[in-house]
Amino acid sequence: MNMLIYLIPIALFMGGVGLAAFLWSLGNGQYDDLQGAAWRVLADDESDPPKS
Amino acid sequence: MTCCMMNADGVLAMSTTSVSAEEIALAAHSLGEGLRQLDLSVPDVHCGSCISALEKALSALPYVRKARVNLTSRRVTCVYAEKTEDGAADPTGIIAAINGAGYRAHLFTPIAVENDKTRNQLLLAVGVSGFAAANIMLLSVSVWSGADAATRDLFHWISAMIAAPALVYAGRFFFRSAWNALKHGRTNMDVPISLAVTLSYAVSLWETAHHGEHAWFDATVSLLFFLLIGRTLDHVMREKARAAINGLARLAPRGALVLGPNGSRRYVPLDEIVVGDEIAVAVGERIPVDGMVVGGESDLDLAIVTGESSPVAVASGVGVSSGAINLTGSLVVRATKLAKNSLLAEIISLMEAAEGGRARYRRIADRAAALYSPAVHLLALVSFLAWGLIGGDWKHAMLVAVAVLIITCPCALGLAVPVVQVVAAGELFRRGIMVKDGSALERLAEIDTVAFDKTGTLTMGSPRLVRGEAADEADLAKAVGLALHSRHPLSQALARSAGNAATPFDRVNEIPGGGLEAACGDEVYRLGNATFACGAAPPRSTVDSPLSEVVLSRNGVALARFFFEDALRPGAQDAIKELGSSRFETLIVSGDRQSVVDNVAQVLGISRAMGALTPRQKVDECQRLGESGHRVLMVGDGINDAPALAAAHVSMAPATASDIGRQAADLVFFNDRLDAVPQAIAVARRSAALIRQNFALAIGYNVLAVPVAIAGLATPLIAAVAMSTSSIIVVTNALRLNAAATRSPAGGAPKPAASGGEARIA
Repeated sequence: MNMLIYLIPIALFMGGVGLAAFLWSLGNGQYDDLQGAAWRVLADDESDPPKS
Repeated sequence: MTCCMMNADGVLAMSTTSVSAEEIALAAHSLGEGLRQLDLSVPDVHCGSCISALEKALSALPYVRKARVNLTSRRVTCVYAEKTEDGAADPTGIIAAINGAGYRAHLFTPIAVENDKTRNQLLLAVGVSGFAAANIMLLSVSVWSGADAATRDLFHWISAMIAAPALVYAGRFFFRSAWNALKHGRTNMDVPISLAVTLSYAVSLWETAHHGEHAWFDATVSLLFFLLIGRTLDHVMREKARAAINGLARLAPRGALVLGPNGSRRYVPLDEIVVGDEIAVAVGERIPVDGMVVGGESDLDLAIVTGESSPVAVASGVGVSSGAINLTGSLVVRATKLAKNSLLAEIISLMEAAEGGRARYRRIADRAAALYSPAVHLLALVSFLAWGLIGGDWKHAMLVAVAVLIITCPCALGLAVPVVQVVAAGELFRRGIMVKDGSALERLAEIDTVAFDKTGTLTMGSPRLVRGEAADEADLAKAVGLALHSRHPLSQALARSAGNAATPFDRVNEIPGGGLEAACGDEVYRLGNATFACGAAPPRSTVDSPLSEVVLSRNGVALARFFFEDALRPGAQDAIKELGSSRFETLIVSGDRQSVVDNVAQVLGISRAMGALTPRQKVDECQRLGESGHRVLMVGDGINDAPALAAAHVSMAPATASDIGRQAADLVFFNDRLDAVPQAIAVARRSAALIRQNFALAIGYNVLAVPVAIAGLATPLIAAVAMSTSSIIVVTNALRLNAAATRSPAGGAPKPAASGGEARIA
């Protein structure tokens, strides 16, 4: 039973990391264009890096 | 790449959408550091190669810093520098580049920022409640598999700690809505949800504090999780379509070139134009406000204002309405009304009045909630009292009541409608039809009458050469050679129809209100209406003919005659036939001349055709049909149709429609084919059937589960399983819509069989 003292916080922490990653990606606008993202995966030539 | 090819018609049509640099500057917003951001709506973008083609074309411009296509909302965000090394950048190049790549681009003003925030909040809440549900579930499984007293208490306490913030954060949508409803003396679906969630949490906490065996934290939080999924789907679907409508919005001119008394020219935003201002309207621009022509002669395309399909000549002293397109010569117009009092604004207010009538429509989910929520509360109360009075154990009675509330909680009901609507909207989107909100599908499934506008809806709104009479082949080539010089729709139609090589001319003049004149040696060729070409009144009355006539003459002697009619929209005949065989009543309501309308009605086999209607008469007709018990689908495009679109039970507009027409319509179709109308009806009926099935499934599930709960046999495990299973069944059932659609040929010419088994059109 002692290991629960470590395992439960670890499980919660890892879940929390996942949640934080989700929140970050949401705030970063990664869900704005789901259809476009699906197509961009297939594009072999990413458009040129932005000009200075 | 073939999917992105545009036909010649499309490219020609594009050339008429010209936007000035000043207008772009008004639409773009500054990012600082000399950069500006321009958002454009590009409705034709639909695949991966479109993205790369557009982004490549835009990045090739020297002043463009960043170009990104958003496929979901069909928009392009373009960041450009105001100044380059060579001086000020010309942002019209951006639109030219997009046109050059084969797409249409429209300016629009982004309004949807606020909606995005709600969606993100909902997604956050889904994430938080999902996280909490997963963790609590994990702990609960340990408890169910036999954790002993001390461990169980510990796990319950941890669960309680995880559940509390999730409840406050994710549950606030329901609590707020439930509180609002209660404050106004009503109940809605959110009241039993809030009650079940709070009660179950409170009872669980009490149980935990007293070392009880059962706690319901898992049920509490996963309930929230499922409900939030439904709510998010509902929101995303509405917001997505709304963003697309905004994206399509090609607003009426944002401003106009005002001539000062000393001859200065100034580009002024629309609101700042006052009565008496003299406005220069170049060829290809829209008239910004109602006014009176004081200089110049031209032909105006009134199709969007009145539905009249052939251009109307105007000269000094003639009144013009806002929204008309100036076709052949530049005009000076003196404003007689402010922008907010102009015809466009009047139509908008007419539309708002009609919209008010539709707002009273009650969505299926609301109607279900009105029946369902009192029943649930009553059931929970009855079981509480019964267990308390009969058994005498009020604590146990409380637990039973909570179990009843949880099991009957409209989790599956909350999903039943939005899931089907999202799936149906996705299905329609793939066929090029955009749904504005879910209730549009519900209303579309109920219609029995379809009213069409003519110009731009049944017909393409662009003329087509039907017959050319010429003595000599060479005369045809001459006519085409002349026609190439004009932007007049009839000339463009003639130029498009060119089968033979065009003859070049030395010098061509366009005479506003008449036609084209060219000199070739000492001979003078004229192409235009009979009066202009032959210098005499037309030999017979062509005013009432359904066909427009153009004459080519040499030195005043007619050489060739060309007859045009407005081309029917592709698929119009099939669509009408299909609607007829499904026993829908069809009729035409048009602002065009009665003879033209009759002609179209005859070709299509529509028995009732009403022409020469004003916007108000169209509204009256829709309301009259509505009052006689019919549910009308209005299909139209013009500004003159907008009030009728708003007044009808449900409405559709093609993407080429005027901005106001699109905003008034519930559904917008992108492809040229009119097949979209029966297709949309078929999908709407199928989704209505699925929604009914979903309600039956969800309620049936409760009927089975409720006796178990009332009998006091529902352990947390059973409650959780029952809840999840009913939700999963409802979602799976909704996905059948997709399955049915892939079996039937999508896109192409659909047979009535495409409407599938349960949705056969009665």
